[in-house]
Amino acid sequence: MATGQLAPSPPPGLSIARTGREGTGSWPLVDRIAFWLCWITGIGLCVTAIAIVLFMMVKGISYLHLDMLVQSPAPSAIQSQSGGILDPIVGTLIVAAIGTAIAAPIGVALAAWLSEYRRPAWLAHTVESAIEIIAGAPSVVLALFGLLIFSQGFLGFLSQTAANGAVYGRSFIAAGVVMAVLALPLIVGSVREALEQLPDRLREASYALGRTRATTIRRVLLPSIRPSIATGTVLGMGRIIGDTAIIRILLGVSLTNQGVGHLPIIGALRGTGSTLTSYVYENSPAGEGNAPQKAYAAAFLLLVLVLALNGLVTWLTNAGAGERRGPRTAFRLLRFSGAQE
Amino acid sequence: MDPMMPPPVRRIALDRDPFIAPPKPIANGAAPTAVAARPRAVRAPAPIVRERMAVESVWLAYGENWVVRDVSLPVRQGEVLAMIGASGSGKTTLLRSLNRLTEVTAGAARAGRISLDGNDIHELEVNTLRRRVTMVFQQPNPFPMSIFDNVAYALAERPGRGGRRRRRSAKIESAVNDALQRAGLYDEVASDLDRSALRLSGGQQQRLCIARALAAEPEVLLLDEPCSALDPISTAIIEDLIVQLRESVAVVIVTHNLQQAFRVADHVAFMHLGELIEYGSSEQVFDRPKRDRTREYISGAFG
Ligand SMILES: Nc1ncnc2c1ncn2[C@@H]1O[C@H](COP(=O)(O)OP(=O)(O)OP(=O)(O)O)[C@@H](O)[C@H]1O
Ligand SMILES: [Mg+2]
Repeated sequence: MATGQLAPSPPPGLSIARTGREGTGSWPLVDRIAFWLCWITGIGLCVTAIAIVLFMMVKGISYLHLDMLVQSPAPSAIQSQSGGILDPIVGTLIVAAIGTAIAAPIGVALAAWLSEYRRPAWLAHTVESAIEIIAGAPSVVLALFGLLIFSQGFLGFLSQTAANGAVYGRSFIAAGVVMAVLALPLIVGSVREALEQLPDRLREASYALGRTRATTIRRVLLPSIRPSIATGTVLGMGRIIGDTAIIRILLGVSLTNQGVGHLPIIGALRGTGSTLTSYVYENSPAGEGNAPQKAYAAAFLLLVLVLALNGLVTWLTNAGAGERRGPRTAFRLLRFSGAQE
Repeated sequence: MDPMMPPPVRRIALDRDPFIAPPKPIANGAAPTAVAARPRAVRAPAPIVRERMAVESVWLAYGENWVVRDVSLPVRQGEVLAMIGASGSGKTTLLRSLNRLTEVTAGAARAGRISLDGNDIHELEVNTLRRRVTMVFQQPNPFPMSIFDNVAYALAERPGRGGRRRRRSAKIESAVNDALQRAGLYDEVASDLDRSALRLSGGQQQRLCIARALAAEPEVLLLDEPCSALDPISTAIIEDLIVQLRESVAVVIVTHNLQQAFRVADHVAFMHLGELIEYGSSEQVFDRPKRDRTREYISGAFG
């Protein structure tokens, strides 16, 4: 309701005071000490982070050659002939994709159920405890348990079956599924916490319009906490990408990805292989490959990958946080990345 | 009370008379100087007055704490019912029970019968009931989506899964615009309906919530202090809207503003500590209250 002529900005003579520039001079001493402590902690963290990145960069870049990205690892005692890291890169992506693709929807659904339905109560409590147990279990324990499961005869189709009928139990599928279990508590945790922090007014507003709980969750609550869903997913993904025990036990120790059978994609998923973490381990002085330069290169790439993933999801979150975008925006954006609506 | 002194309530009646002037049109920006000076909207009596909801001996509790006690009253279409009473007297609780929102609160209990068009509301499907009886809350609660989506969310569910893609069809757009217009918000937000509703001011948010409730095309509209966050002009718009709406919708409004209750209501229910102390026509309750409690409350707040 604009009436008359409004000046577009204050006249030039006026000095403009902007908020956010408050000095600490007027603060009480305790506040100032706390303020400086925060500063020091913050700077300390930054220094640590920068040191890690710089160290990995210097080490990594000097050993990382572009052709390594497109070459498969080759078994060789001589470091310069041990090939590239294509297979570990692909392996990492496959495991992360399987793990998050399983964990994210299940995690969000579990969180929604725990926060919005909680019925029957005994089941909700049991599920909560189960999630806590999984969250606390070392990944090597999950891996051993996973191996036990996937070695069962009836799950032979998910990995390799030897001539004598023994099921190998190691494959990308097996590793991906157990990785999903590893990531699940992180996703459930962050989604659930976000749901519980949403004010009840929001739910009531939706119920008062005759919307069901399911509709309310799908169209109001989950879109409202999209950043937390993304955060949980990234946390889970980071956990998956960084885990070594599950890979060593459930994906095998070969450095190259080896498919099973003749089907193109399914064969690869049933097969074994390596990821960046297992590659780093193998080639570090602790492993058998003993190609520390390659290990540094791979570790650097691992770091870059995790940082890039973080950046991607942050970007998706921000892009999706715009108005008029549905919960499927993230997927649409992934498919048509860069395209404006 | 001194019998020689006119009860303070009378004074209102006296004060009121000089103000009964032709209502000023507010659309052209000539706002009334003060809400208090706004006269009761001159209105033709609604052509049809018919009972839509009946509250019969209703008791409501949170846990063991009975906060609404044995309340009976009718809710009629063609009329506005105002509920007044001190804070904590159970107005919101009673209002929420009319579309079974009390059931959302754990530990809430109820007794008695509430019916909509003769059917017990507890036998109706709850979401159907809530579409027919929508509510605007004491605190604005827009969804964290765009203005457009907030209102579109309330529209009747469209069949098929392609709903999202076609959601800006002309039909939906006109329904949304219409609801925004009725709530007096359209002019302010028309330039950018895709803005986040959370970036509106409190008063604008409340009008958005009213628009949302209207978009559902309810038969009964429950308003819990809808104007407490609004400026006089918006309040006037909402009050006019309420008076207009009463022909097609049964309106129940909770308000702490007695002048507002007087301006918009045909019937007034006065509640105190969970009990319905007095129910009657607006003129009767404000000019000739039967109960001392009512008289005290009205004079206290007015005097
Ligand atoms: N969710 C709840 N749980 C427990 N008690 C509640 C709850 N909501 C309200 N009450 C209690 O019920 C009583 C009536 O509350 P209600 O909100 O209906 O009052 P009100 O008349 O709307 O008051 P106000 O004018 O302040 O909005 C109060 O004593 C309050 O403490
Ligand atoms: Mg209230």
